Amino acid sequence: MADQHEPRRYGRGLFLATVAGGLSSLAWGKAAWSHVTGVVSPIAGAIAPILPTQGWRIYTVSDHMPTFDPATWQLKVGGLVETPTTVTYAHLRALPRVDQISTFHCVTGWTVPNVHWGGVRLKDVFDLVRPLPEAGALQFVSAEIPYVDYLSMPEAMLHDVMLAYEMDGKPLPREHGAPLRLIIPDMYGYKNVKWLAGINLVPHPEDGYWEQLGYDRDAWVGRSNGYSS
Amino acid sequence: MIKYIARFSRTERTLHWVNALCFLFLLATGLVLYLPSLSVAVGRRPLLKDMHFWGGVSWVVLLGLVAVLGDRRGLLRDARELERFDHDRLNVGQKINAILTVAFTILFFASGMLLWFGERDTRFRFASTVVLHDGLLFAALALFVGHLYLAVLHPATRHSLRGMTLGSVREDWARVHYPQWVSDTEKVPDTRSAR
Repeated sequence: MADQHEPRRYGRGLFLATVAGGLSSLAWGKAAWSHVTGVVSPIAGAIAPILPTQGWRIYTVSDHMPTFDPATWQLKVGGLVETPTTVTYAHLRALPRVDQISTFHCVTGWTVPNVHWGGVRLKDVFDLVRPLPEAGALQFVSAEIPYVDYLSMPEAMLHDVMLAYEMDGKPLPREHGAPLRLIIPDMYGYKNVKWLAGINLVPHPEDGYWEQLGYDRDAWVGRSNGYSS
Repeated sequence: MIKYIARFSRTERTLHWVNALCFLFLLATGLVLYLPSLSVAVGRRPLLKDMHFWGGVSWVVLLGLVAVLGDRRGLLRDARELERFDHDRLNVGQKINAILTVAFTILFFASGMLLWFGERDTRFRFASTVVLHDGLLFAALALFVGHLYLAVLHPATRHSLRGMTLGSVREDWARVHYPQWVSDTEKVPDTRSAR
């Protein structure tokens, strides 16, 4: 006698649909998320302020984040310059201030749009030290040892490259590189060195921390590190 | 006298608890990596990344070992059981939870491997991998919270936890919640081994 109760065989379908949907999201996940994040983030932010609702992830390469003391912090600017200079925090804040709103892209795939940065342009630092003609690149040294990275002189002179000491109207938080970080919006975050402790002018760019591990030296957003847009 | 009936085999229970412990370990280490406030408080990101990665590898290896060394025939029977959305030994919600848990494990592992190897080789790098891994976190957390509530807090269902710890449940409770299953086991004595 036939079974009167016809079994509903949905299990395999649900399993396969979930796995297929998840794997296919590697192709559409980021675009879909960028559409819903504007709606989800304020709600999630209201419920749980600890969530990274703006989209930031905090990446470090050493065990402890550097700490910042305004009384003792210094930015040493040297190398191929006429006048090697040590910039104190008070001195930094007295330099001509610029503000900009730009988007921050991480090479791992997350993006934070419309970040409000406050800080100084590199040309105003150059006015202090006067680079020598043979200086073709800048080495940015982080207090997070052994993190360093380089920009060529033309890259460093792009109109929206800056040294930021404020983020979204507040002093740069510790996890974002307090008190000073490099911002180059056209390149992925690993070029935006945090916890800046020194800038050395050098003849040409070399491989920085992540470049030594296989990342592209010229980290243009959308056209480097295996991405093409 | 209270009568108990066998509900989950030793293999099923071991699989459940290995999965639960590994999930909690990965949740804890993953949240430290994910939440800025915890990242700042804990630090030690390189160590946490290694713990999270090797925890994920161990998760899948341990589940595989339990499946291979345990009651394989029983697990195949479980898979067939999950295929039918009927309320027998498990209700439909429990079956959906189990199916999604297996699917999420596969997706967590796949996206985790892509994150790990993508950091080392651009061929494995996709802009949406981190979105998938993070999305799975929220989906798995929602399942986990619901599962925890029903298994530990909800008065009508929390007796089921005994089945997943000691292996058996009260027959009178099972008769109310799983009448079809009790009726089936009475017709055909349950051959589910204790393995």
